[in-house]
Amino acid sequence: MAVAVSILPRQQLEALNDAYRRAVARRRLRLAISALVFLAVLLVAAIGAEVNLATLFTYFGNFASYFDRIFTLDDGHRVWTNIPEWFWGFKKWIKLLGETLLISYVGTLAGMLVAFCLNFLAAENTTPAPWVRFTVRRLLEFARTVPGIVFALIFVIAFGLGPVAGVLAIAVHSSGALGKLFSEVVENADMKPVEGIRATGASWLSCMRFAVLPQVIAGFSSYTLLRFEINVREASVMGFVGAGGIGQELVVAIRKFYYSDVSAILVMIVVTVFLIDIGTGWLRGRLFGAEART
Amino acid sequence: MSLQDPPDQAQLRERYPYVFNRPMSARLATPVVLLLALAVFIFGLVDLDFSPSRILSGLSQLGWIARLMLPPDPGSSLPIYLKALGETLSIAVLGTTLAACAAFPVSLLAARNVIPSAIFRFPVRRLFDTIRGVDTLIWALVWINVVGLGPFAGVLAIAVSDFGALGKLFSEAMESADRKQVEGVRASGGNALHEIRFGLLPQVLPVMAGQVLYFIESNTRSATIIGIVGAGGIGLQLAEQIRVLEWQKVSFLILMILVAVAAIDWISNRLRFAIIGRRAVA
Repeated sequence: MAVAVSILPRQQLEALNDAYRRAVARRRLRLAISALVFLAVLLVAAIGAEVNLATLFTYFGNFASYFDRIFTLDDGHRVWTNIPEWFWGFKKWIKLLGETLLISYVGTLAGMLVAFCLNFLAAENTTPAPWVRFTVRRLLEFARTVPGIVFALIFVIAFGLGPVAGVLAIAVHSSGALGKLFSEVVENADMKPVEGIRATGASWLSCMRFAVLPQVIAGFSSYTLLRFEINVREASVMGFVGAGGIGQELVVAIRKFYYSDVSAILVMIVVTVFLIDIGTGWLRGRLFGAEART
Repeated sequence: MSLQDPPDQAQLRERYPYVFNRPMSARLATPVVLLLALAVFIFGLVDLDFSPSRILSGLSQLGWIARLMLPPDPGSSLPIYLKALGETLSIAVLGTTLAACAAFPVSLLAARNVIPSAIFRFPVRRLFDTIRGVDTLIWALVWINVVGLGPFAGVLAIAVSDFGALGKLFSEAMESADRKQVEGVRASGGNALHEIRFGLLPQVLPVMAGQVLYFIESNTRSATIIGIVGAGGIGLQLAEQIRVLEWQKVSFLILMILVAVAAIDWISNRLRFAIIGRRAVA
């Protein structure tokens, strides 16, 4: 089948080709320059972080053999040949793991309550006054930006060693993170129901309760469940600074080279995180339909 | 029927039975769930030793600490802190870049539309999940055992833990890419590599660049804390000053972290806008 392809006259074609080549060349130049800048940044960063490739290559074998060692029992056999010996501290660890879960649950819920109280003040469409919004937003930003474990370090000194410091640290950090997400949900809410309620002479509080809350409650619960997942991970390391949970045992095992204990505790943490992920995913699916699952 | 007439209740009941006679289980579900949540919450408070006296004394301690923190003052260690902050930023940038470089080829294996069979996808996905399940701080402890104390361990810790997270995000970005471009490349005789390079990459590269920038931002936060276990950066200074109760220096360090994170936020937002356009950033 013959198809006629029309070709432009030469002069026109050359002009077009020239323009095309120039555009491509300009793009390539820009790409090359940004790549160079990026490489320079990397180089500076490598010097700043004292990167030493020689150390890495010399000791990389250690990294591989570290995993070999943590999966070997003291008697030289692989850990899975003798499960009871591997998980010798199962009762103690499962109790600490339960404490970790409890820390993240109580911390998430407390943070959620604080965020719930503050977010209506921080959202653009529901805030009573601009200065309130400004103050609350800065407060939430502060709670969100300072890492949870830094709060834990300070709270351990104020409240003493133990899970209380961990719970409070997680609560403060979650209230910052959730407060921002919640206020974004509220900002996306439809304002017509609010006008309807206000037209009946209702107070600000009633407007929030009957017009905004029914629209946003699903988003709130979804974000809280997600946060719970994150907090389980975070609570697993709170013990590093003495704020309760399984982290205490883990850091002792790593620092004192109790190799098989390290792998046993890590396996327990990973399995727990898996189960929590699957559980909350299932719950979100049940509550908000399949499309909210991701 | 005039407006003042009360509506006929019996008729309404008949027409909307579900509104008037909701089954007991549906009516009880919300309060029961709320009560259960509250019960676990209270059990947790009791089990974790929350006592009013402890909270009160802790709060008064906290108030005392807050008073001691003002005004923030670095003393004579400002140069050390600035260097530590530079170290933290370096750790974040380098760790994320390493993670992105390592995660990209592996995430191809985990994307359904690149490799249709599940032989690679399933184990690679589980690998990503396992790595993500372990916190950055734990990876930092492991790497300290391998390469010794210092910021290099921090770089490697961030690289490993982000490898899991970025790998998952990359493979999801690839799976949501449009098939048509890939089919077009194949129809014009391209091989599998051409399909990826000219069909898939142009679609996913901006998305991935945005994610990498976002991770640099969030890693600045993570990099501030891995110093607590000895992996370099400003966290080391922070943990030390908290331990010796130098509260003015602590508050200064926290302020430095806040400013640095805000600056990185701003820069990476600008870069993201430049790469994927203002509207694509939701």
